[in-house]
Amino acid sequence: MNACDLAIIGAGPAGMAAATEAANAGLSVILLDEQPAPGGQIYRGIETVPEERRKLLGPDYGKGLSIAQAFRASNATYIPEATVWNINPDLSIDYSRNGGSSQISTRHLLIATGAVERPTPMPGWTLPGVTTAGALQILLKAHGGVGDDVVLVGSGPLLYLLAQQMIEAGGPPKAIIETIDRSHYLKAARHLPRALSALSYLRKGMAMMRQIRRAGVPHYTGARDIRIEGAQRAEAVCFSAHGRAHRIETTSVALHQGVVPNQQATRLLGCDHVWSESQRCFIPKLDAFFESSVENVFVAGDGAGIAGANSAEIRGRIVALRVAQKLGDDKGTQIRALQKKLSRDEAIRPFLETLYAPSDEVMVPHDDVLVCRCEEVTAGAIREAVDLGAPGPNQIKSFLRSGMGPCQGRMCGLAVSSIIAERRKENPQSIGYYRLRPPLKPLLLSELAQLEREPTRDEPL
Amino acid sequence: MFKRINAPKNGKVSFTFEGRSIDAAPGDTVASALMLAGETHFRDTPVSQSQRGPFCLMGVCFECLVEIDGVPNRQACMVAVREGMSVRRQKGAIGVEIE
Amino acid sequence: MNYDTIVVGGGLVGAAVAHGLGRLGEKVLVLDEGDVAFRASRGNFGLVWVQSKGEGMPEYARWSRHSADVWPDFSEELQEQTGVDTAYHKAGGVHLCLSEEAWERQSALIKRMHNVHGSDYGAVMIKRDELIKMLPGIGPEVVGASWSPHDGHASPLYLLRALHESITRFGGAYRNEARVENIEKDGSGYRVTTAAGSFKGAKVVLAAGLGNRKLGPLVGLEVPVFPQKGQILVTERTEMKFSMPTVFIRQTDEGSFLLGDSHEDAGFDLTSRTGIMADIATRAIRSFPFLKDLRLVRSWAALRVMSPDGFPIYQQSDSHPGVFSVNCHSGVTLAGAHARTLAPMIARGRLEEPMSAFSTERLNVQAH
Ligand SMILES: Cc1cc2nc3c(=O)[nH]c(=O)nc-3n(C[C@H](O)[C@H](O)[C@H](O)COP(=O)(O)OP(=O)(O)OC[C@H]3O[C@@H](n4cnc5c(N)ncnc54)[C@H](O)[C@@H]3O)c2cc1C
Repeated sequence: MNACDLAIIGAGPAGMAAATEAANAGLSVILLDEQPAPGGQIYRGIETVPEERRKLLGPDYGKGLSIAQAFRASNATYIPEATVWNINPDLSIDYSRNGGSSQISTRHLLIATGAVERPTPMPGWTLPGVTTAGALQILLKAHGGVGDDVVLVGSGPLLYLLAQQMIEAGGPPKAIIETIDRSHYLKAARHLPRALSALSYLRKGMAMMRQIRRAGVPHYTGARDIRIEGAQRAEAVCFSAHGRAHRIETTSVALHQGVVPNQQATRLLGCDHVWSESQRCFIPKLDAFFESSVENVFVAGDGAGIAGANSAEIRGRIVALRVAQKLGDDKGTQIRALQKKLSRDEAIRPFLETLYAPSDEVMVPHDDVLVCRCEEVTAGAIREAVDLGAPGPNQIKSFLRSGMGPCQGRMCGLAVSSIIAERRKENPQSIGYYRLRPPLKPLLLSELAQLEREPTRDEPL
Repeated sequence: MFKRINAPKNGKVSFTFEGRSIDAAPGDTVASALMLAGETHFRDTPVSQSQRGPFCLMGVCFECLVEIDGVPNRQACMVAVREGMSVRRQKGAIGVEIE
Repeated sequence: MNYDTIVVGGGLVGAAVAHGLGRLGEKVLVLDEGDVAFRASRGNFGLVWVQSKGEGMPEYARWSRHSADVWPDFSEELQEQTGVDTAYHKAGGVHLCLSEEAWERQSALIKRMHNVHGSDYGAVMIKRDELIKMLPGIGPEVVGASWSPHDGHASPLYLLRALHESITRFGGAYRNEARVENIEKDGSGYRVTTAAGSFKGAKVVLAAGLGNRKLGPLVGLEVPVFPQKGQILVTERTEMKFSMPTVFIRQTDEGSFLLGDSHEDAGFDLTSRTGIMADIATRAIRSFPFLKDLRLVRSWAALRVMSPDGFPIYQQSDSHPGVFSVNCHSGVTLAGAHARTLAPMIARGRLEEPMSAFSTERLNVQAH
């Protein structure tokens, strides 16, 4: 098989920018993405969204169009609707497309698979009608849909951005229930001086908050003991705030506690990860050029640690130039310039991370809360298995089946590691995470059987 | 309830959910079309038969599994609507025809 | 604190022995590694299998059969004590033959086994027409199968959990993150040093799977075990159709189909390889064509604990009385025998018949 110079998984800002930059530097590039069109989560539907909706979604969204156009104009090969399900140690990549599986081979790999929303186990979170905030943003961005009684619950910039976009779209949220612990404000204030160098972000944030206030959206702060009620579907959100109990009726609850790196591909490849205390999630261990502990495997975008779309784009370019450099092209000056730009752009992060750190209630739910949604395993069962002697998530998985369902641990992995860490009074770093194996997404056996076989038993069948 | 902020401009796509006819817009996924048609209950879990609906809409959570044209366990949020498709709830574990 | 027995290794072998000792009233400590370790017990196929075991070593065939005989009671008692169901089904089991050549080979094997064991052996060859009544859904290539009523399957994961639960309930202790680094004589017993402190016991059982190779020399034993990699695939859950397992395909109580398994000499490498997964999928679909429409949701690779001739190794140390080693690549099948028959011998302080056949002397004889 002919290996390309750089294969990229993910067509968000990081992947598109890297593909464009690398192709323009003369590298052979293949970009694989599961969606039918480029954009990733943030610029979802960017090429096809009607003009009026693009305007309503704001200039930050509109910016994606030029990135997508540059990518389309480059020489990079783009393979949409391609679901990557295995990456072998020799960096050959298996992907599924139109009901068949194919393989490509590459000398360098960029994982630009972005972030997923932090799963937020709480009573009632599996009821129909409860979604992530990201889900409602996708419904609005890609499909022009908005709810009429949405209650937003949680914390983090995306929550307010979504509220603002819903207001613009004529469907303001019924309420915002904010879970930020009061202590976070004090702690975050320490990071303000550095954040001031990223003033535009702060200004945007403040404008957003003003607009929400002006729209008259009820805004509850310091919420605790959150519970979603309903027999067969969401009917109300209950919580207490500042000593008072509240119950808000709704058919649509959107949860958000920030986003975390999507670890599936980096875990599959066995890259080292570190627990970030400030972001409260695992992040792949990367050098200054975003190369992981596995040689020639790079991570850019939010998968390399949450930093938003602008940083994602810059990181993607750095990786492209670094690969070009590894292949013999001197890109030192350009890389250093980008690294400087990146450090300015990331200046806001410590402030945001501290202010919007997920609350303990979310990280370590009560015993009766379902943590693994697929196999329906509660936090209490996990604690019992820890007491029985299970030292970490992999033994927990084999005792309880958590993480064995179709989502392959995406929804429970972080919570399981956090619950074990709390129970054992250790840091999640020493607890670790699920070991991941192919397929990264469920795969028809008929598709698998079409691939070239390596028999390992010599007796006749 | 979810509604569209603009009426779909370039035509419509019709399909059925549990036999009920649903009008969607081109570009909709099965999940978005169903949510915009007021449906929230997409499947019953194989473990406890409890009801579930879409959660993440980005292919991560596998909560929006439905049966599409007889093929079970499809992610409704990852499949584009097609004229005439027949969509059903995924009721627990999938059935197998062994003969 | 002094233990009657310290068991090194908390996999299926160590846990079954520790459970058996606890059941006899011994004070037992199990020392194990952490969450990520070479642990065959977490990666196996879950067969409790008799029919093909022990060609060339009748004692092993009988030992496997003995274990299958005690399994029903063993499993029931575990569930009563711990509430954990091991999902054991003694439904009989088949080895499918997908070609005339395989049929001939399997028939010859079954015949040889009969010659050694007589009518009690219990396995028979079944032609396609009969087989299809027992196992609807077999593919057109299936010529027939060997079948034995003694075969069955269980959930190895629930078995391990039940054993761990039981050890604690019998008053024993389980310590993780306690990798054993050293074992020395200490008075009449032994001092076992681990990453989590040192412990004293009158007896020591080495049940550390592949780890036994390194531990053996500390107590005067040579344990020639080596890794053999196996990959397994799992499908999405389907409605229950099959209680009877085949050697390569079984439906679990959750409804998933487990598709096994490869034999690879890959050292300690644990990566899942596409070509091998394709091979497993193909074999499964040829056996049961309906499987082609199911989705693969998980897969894994694990290392078998193999001996040079493939048979178990049970040893007691001459230089270190009261120290034993237990090694096998069928820890699910043999869990019953380990708990009910081997553990009592260890409690009494020495291996009795039929265990002499399983010492490493047989390997030395072969080598000459
Ligand atoms: C692919 C595959 C399929 C299989 N299918 C079947 C089947 O269908 N039926 C069947 O009966 N068997 C099957 N087996 C075999 C079965 O899994 C093994 O026989 C059994 O698990 C071996 O158990 P064990 O306790 O010896 O080893 P392990 O399960 O490997 O346990 C060893 C334990 O010792 C610990 N350890 C190692 N070194 C140290 C140390 N220095 N200090 C403390 N602890 C230590 C390890 O952490 C581990 O927990 C299969 C195996 C594989 C790989």
